[in-house]
Amino acid sequence: MYEILKNEVLGSNIYLFEVKAARIAAKAEAGQFVIIRLHETAERIPLTIADYSREKGTITIIFQAVGASTRELAEYKAGQKILDLVGPLGVPSEIEKYGTVVCIGGGVGIAPIYPIARALKEAGNKVISIIGARSRDLLFWKEKMAAVSDELLIATDDGSEGRKGFVTDVLKDLLEKEKIERVWAIGPMVMMKAVANTTRPFAVKTIVSLNPIMVDGTGMCGACRVAVGKETKFACVDGPEFDGHEVDFDLAMKRLAIFKDEEQRILAKGQCGGGCGCH
Amino acid sequence: MSLRKSRIEMPAQDPKERVKNFKEVALGYTSEMAREEASRCLNCKNPLCKKGCPVEVDIPEFISALKEDDPARAAKILKNKNNLPAICGRVCPQENQCEMHCILGKKGEPVAIGRLERFVADWEREQGIPDPEKVETINKKVAIIGSGPAGLTAAADLAKFGYQVTIFEALHVPGGVLMYGIPEFRLPKEVVQQEINYIKKLGVDIQVNFVVGKTATIADLLEEGYDAVFIGTGAGLPNFMNIPGENLSGIYSANEFLTRTNLMKAYLFPQYATPIKIGKKVAVIGAGNVAMDAARTALRLGAEESYIVYRRSAEEMPARHEEVEHAREEGVQFLFLTSPVAYKGDEKGYVKVMTCQKFALAEPDESGRRKPVAIPGSEFDMEVDTVVVAIGQGPNPLVPRTTPGLILTKKGNIQADEETGATSLSNVFAGGDIVTGAATVILAMGAGKKAARAIHRYLQGIEK
Repeated sequence: MYEILKNEVLGSNIYLFEVKAARIAAKAEAGQFVIIRLHETAERIPLTIADYSREKGTITIIFQAVGASTRELAEYKAGQKILDLVGPLGVPSEIEKYGTVVCIGGGVGIAPIYPIARALKEAGNKVISIIGARSRDLLFWKEKMAAVSDELLIATDDGSEGRKGFVTDVLKDLLEKEKIERVWAIGPMVMMKAVANTTRPFAVKTIVSLNPIMVDGTGMCGACRVAVGKETKFACVDGPEFDGHEVDFDLAMKRLAIFKDEEQRILAKGQCGGGCGCH
Repeated sequence: MSLRKSRIEMPAQDPKERVKNFKEVALGYTSEMAREEASRCLNCKNPLCKKGCPVEVDIPEFISALKEDDPARAAKILKNKNNLPAICGRVCPQENQCEMHCILGKKGEPVAIGRLERFVADWEREQGIPDPEKVETINKKVAIIGSGPAGLTAAADLAKFGYQVTIFEALHVPGGVLMYGIPEFRLPKEVVQQEINYIKKLGVDIQVNFVVGKTATIADLLEEGYDAVFIGTGAGLPNFMNIPGENLSGIYSANEFLTRTNLMKAYLFPQYATPIKIGKKVAVIGAGNVAMDAARTALRLGAEESYIVYRRSAEEMPARHEEVEHAREEGVQFLFLTSPVAYKGDEKGYVKVMTCQKFALAEPDESGRRKPVAIPGSEFDMEVDTVVVAIGQGPNPLVPRTTPGLILTKKGNIQADEETGATSLSNVFAGGDIVTGAATVILAMGAGKKAARAIHRYLQGIEK
């Protein structure tokens, strides 16, 4: 059992949990994730590690309560326990001194981009970060991101904070005026696809972090397979980071929607209490 | 005593009924049936059956106890060598092992050793399994990686020697393939957990949610004070065919299909939150035991038609005869000399059509089976809405990748001595599917047993 030490609301439907997990905290690196199973009848879901403290033996996870499992998780309070938590899984980000790098976090993707930006900064890179969301109430961790970036740029779709527009608009300007060595982008699949399309003409290597459906998270089931270049890769053991210019995003988006109908059934059950006999 | 040529049949659920539920198919002997079957054993002076058992069970001895209506003694004899008898009695391919050597098999049917083993284990479980006798502890620690058949067996035997044993399991429950792979209707999960409870009572500590290679490496474990390590991580990386369209939605690896259903209980969706999508027409590629499990699971999940698609013929099917028969009885259909070459999907990315090719059999290949050769121009389309790829598994790379100095085979399996499990690292042993490639539960258990003995010798400073 893994105790939740903190449950903080970061924005509209966005939650931060700090969880006691000393063994995972001791090994966690930027770019890795955990799999949780809340209770006996719950599913196993992957969540990216947004931060960790080796001293305190804790990890931080940030998620948007959109699906059945994340909505249920959001209900958990500090002091309550998560039944199963395993990790750190996946290959850590490739951190080196590249020169000038851009770290892009879209929506809840701001959380997993943070430890990567921090690690890149610590490795001596000039880090320009771009964070974006539909509107300002979905933005969080501005100060934290600013603290690990040489420059922090903000974009919102509705212009409620920073530049009105997409993170790709900000990125394009940067690419036109500055030599960028590498770009990291984490956010919704459409955003990562758009970022990859923006950097492609500039031939700037772009790393994206995929969050496909997983079951075991250790390479056993292949639910998380993604097409990268001509090969099929397992996001859990080969990723979750891949070269954005090689990823088949359209396939990845379709695979994310495999259980959409079933998800609706679960959500409907939550709303009517399940006693209606309709499911 | 008159000698029956044929064995006592084991009662089973009616195929028409069982295909609608996940309850166990085979129901087990009654005491009377077990006694009668046991009475067929000739108690040979030179029992050949024992030679066929990878874990060296004293077969005639436990059957004699049954004859004398002493199942408690039978259980004791059985468990002296076999830590997982209720599991072995259900899933061992006895026809290729102990029963193959039974002298009665020459003129009639061999003694149903597996069914008797199951009876004894089930009888004991119903009575309440007695606690194991305490042994003198040895102040040395052994880490076991993986809680499948190899790991559980090695752990139990080492605990019986007196070592302090910890098993590290990546998933949230112990049991490995016994929990995620083999379906409930063939091996009830309650039976698995009860046998694991017995192993815990031997003093074995089991840490779940612990991925060796990620949560800690083998080097970390050794540094934390473990004196030896046994790797029994199994065959955990599903093979795909790498043909066009294979990543369409609705195409699962057998591991995913079975893990969702067995481990995550998707058949109880939405009470259990893990979903599975099952179509009307399901094609399972491959013809091993795992393929049979998947095809039969598909019917229970509500598929109208379930096909085994296999590029060789009925004769070459690697599945146990009994599994194939059960599948047939339940309505699984077989498409032999056929293999998919491509899949096509709808606009949402769900598989709809499987293009297949027909094959003919040529001369036997290096595996001794006749080699399938594609017939040019034989392609045809088959409508499907679910596909399960059950064509075997490779070794999981997480432990090998993070263990410098561990020598692997060309296929990525761990190189280990067949008799001892010794690897290229002096304090690291390995056994089961991670060494041999995908095989059977009992062979993995045999490897675990041999490795436990070798680890004992190594820790006593005798030899590796």
